Amino acid sequence: MADTITAGPATGAGDIRGHYMALTQRRRLYSGLALTIFAALMTSGFMVSNARNAGGFWDGLHNIFDFPALVVDEAAAKVALLPAHLVHFFPALIETINIAAVSTLVGGILGLVLSLLSTRGLARFPRLIPLFRRVMDIMRAVPEIVIALVLIFVLGGGPVPAMIAIAFHTGGALGKLFSEVNENADMNPLDGLASVGATWIQRMWLGVIPQVAPNYLSYALLRFEINIRASAILGFVGAGGIGYELKNAMSWGQGKFDEAAAIFILLFAAIVFFDQLSSHYRNRLTRGRAPA
Amino acid sequence: MSLAATDIQKAAAERSFVRRRLVSFGLPALVLVYLAYIAVAFGIPGLAERARWDNGRALVADSYSYKTHVTRDNRSGELSVAIEGERKGTYAPDAPPDWVTRTGAETVIDLGGGHVVTYTENGMVYDVPGYGVIEAMPSRARGVETNLAGDVPDWISVSKNRLAITTEAGRVSVTRNRTEVFRYFRGWELFFFTLDSPYHGHSLTEILLGPRIDPARGNLAGAWHDFWTNAMWRHAEVLWAIFETILMAFLGTMGAAMVALPLAFVAAKNFTPVRGLRLGIRRVFDFLRGVDALIWTIVLARAFGPGPLTGALAILFTDTGSFGKMFSEALENVDDKQIEGVQSTGAPVLGRYRFGVIPQITPVLLSQVLYYLESNTRSATIIGAITGGGIGLLLTQAMITQKDWEEVSYYIVLIILMVMLMDWISGILRRRLIKGV
Repeated sequence: MADTITAGPATGAGDIRGHYMALTQRRRLYSGLALTIFAALMTSGFMVSNARNAGGFWDGLHNIFDFPALVVDEAAAKVALLPAHLVHFFPALIETINIAAVSTLVGGILGLVLSLLSTRGLARFPRLIPLFRRVMDIMRAVPEIVIALVLIFVLGGGPVPAMIAIAFHTGGALGKLFSEVNENADMNPLDGLASVGATWIQRMWLGVIPQVAPNYLSYALLRFEINIRASAILGFVGAGGIGYELKNAMSWGQGKFDEAAAIFILLFAAIVFFDQLSSHYRNRLTRGRAPA
Repeated sequence: MSLAATDIQKAAAERSFVRRRLVSFGLPALVLVYLAYIAVAFGIPGLAERARWDNGRALVADSYSYKTHVTRDNRSGELSVAIEGERKGTYAPDAPPDWVTRTGAETVIDLGGGHVVTYTENGMVYDVPGYGVIEAMPSRARGVETNLAGDVPDWISVSKNRLAITTEAGRVSVTRNRTEVFRYFRGWELFFFTLDSPYHGHSLTEILLGPRIDPARGNLAGAWHDFWTNAMWRHAEVLWAIFETILMAFLGTMGAAMVALPLAFVAAKNFTPVRGLRLGIRRVFDFLRGVDALIWTIVLARAFGPGPLTGALAILFTDTGSFGKMFSEALENVDDKQIEGVQSTGAPVLGRYRFGVIPQITPVLLSQVLYYLESNTRSATIIGAITGGGIGLLLTQAMITQKDWEEVSYYIVLIILMVMLMDWISGILRRRLIKGV
């Protein structure tokens, strides 16, 4: 016994040292290899996309400020019109924000139901949990533009296709996040409610929702912020709102860049505003209420 | 005294009840009011009238079926059989499909289920089972003359210059200039081989195991070549477009992470004591994020032209802002003890960062980057539709033609598979890289 202990360290230390060095070397080799592959992927990817692009990267690089300069010049030349433009396009901005708000609301309700149906321990039909999970996966995987384009073809241009498209995607995305929140919910209130004969809806509404509401709200706010961007970009493919106005101003080209500038300003201001607002409230929700 | 205390408690409880009642009834009421306002603002009540349900029906029908046109030009008497009426899908005149038989001036078209249409010398005869024989004689002088008289069922529409019949077997349309029969089939037409390929009409087992179909080349190689260069579905181009979209997302996300990491050190309170510099970089991040991918795409497309590089750069610009913000927050939360430990060994500044900081933030960084990679695959589809690159462009192009809906459904399926694939890969990477191998 004593022998092994006294003899151990001398050989053991050497062993450990050797092992450690070997391990470090192997690690270095692996991370070096991974870095090389990554660098090769980045460079070749860049070269491929550069070759496929209409204009090259190096040619375009010194033109990068041409267009902003053009817009700024024209806006500066017609600066007197700018306030009028801002007022003129404000309703379109409101429409974009409304699309985002409604789709977050509808998607949130959809996600809420789906998440409750797909959380172990809460589900109404435990056998169907995998089904609801797959449904959410597919809803999340469908890019908004796919649904929006199809619906624009059937329903005509306007805010409704964008709203449905974003709500569909939001339902899947929020459903997944919500069900992660649900997993951590305390089951005791549920047992209490079940013991007095509450139905499934009552148990969920009174036992689960109050526990998870702050986290839900925080995720929904983050999603709202994302959805404003999505609804602006969908407008550009014909789904109404400020994106549509921007597309019109852009396709007109020079002469309407003052309008484009006004739209840029509005969109930028709206995104920054809601970004700040949502991060402020999310902080309050996650770190507890600010002292009143 | 205790009585007064309970009174106060009771009052407080009651106030709280009132507040709760207000919230639990007021909030849903508020939501309903908002939704009502939206219904009016978005014009939802009139939506059903404005909707083009026929468009929707065509879209759905096209996504799982296709039609073959049998057309006779009534002036020249020329006959052509074409899938979807496209040139690329036209049968050779001497080799029509087996349900079309030509004997002299007569053409018999068997629509299946007992429905037979015959193109006679200069007219059309349609034998509808359970109804009777419909005859039509188009001529330049007298329009379209038929044997129909009086009331006709609603699946027949007849006027002086046009006769249209729609049955469960197909559709017939006769005008002065041309007589057309449409027969519907399930599936996506010519998905594997076009009509000019020798492999058209052969099953997979025949190609794999059967005798050589095209004497000039092996079955497998030849079949693959014809499939890959299919002029109607352009599989090679579509796959390339998918690759381009993933490339945009990859370059944009990784590039943004690489740009944002060093900048995040400058924007973190515990690494940059200079307040002005720190706040300046933060404003840059806010600006990059606030401008949004849409505006970046438009601005950059002006400089670099349409293509995947523009899309990649638009993603890079936006996400540099997002990553910068997240990374600098992660950096502000690192544990100083590890850095001090590394410092105590006499390591230089770079070594301190490399061994004291990076290992701490790597899991957060990687999971964020991978999450963004996945979500940017979706964004790259949209950006591609705007800037002109990748699968997004193909999708919008197919949409604009308003007839190749089977291609639209093909692209949609591919896009969903692509996003799920990226989701899956990023999930695997996240688990492996964060929890360690």
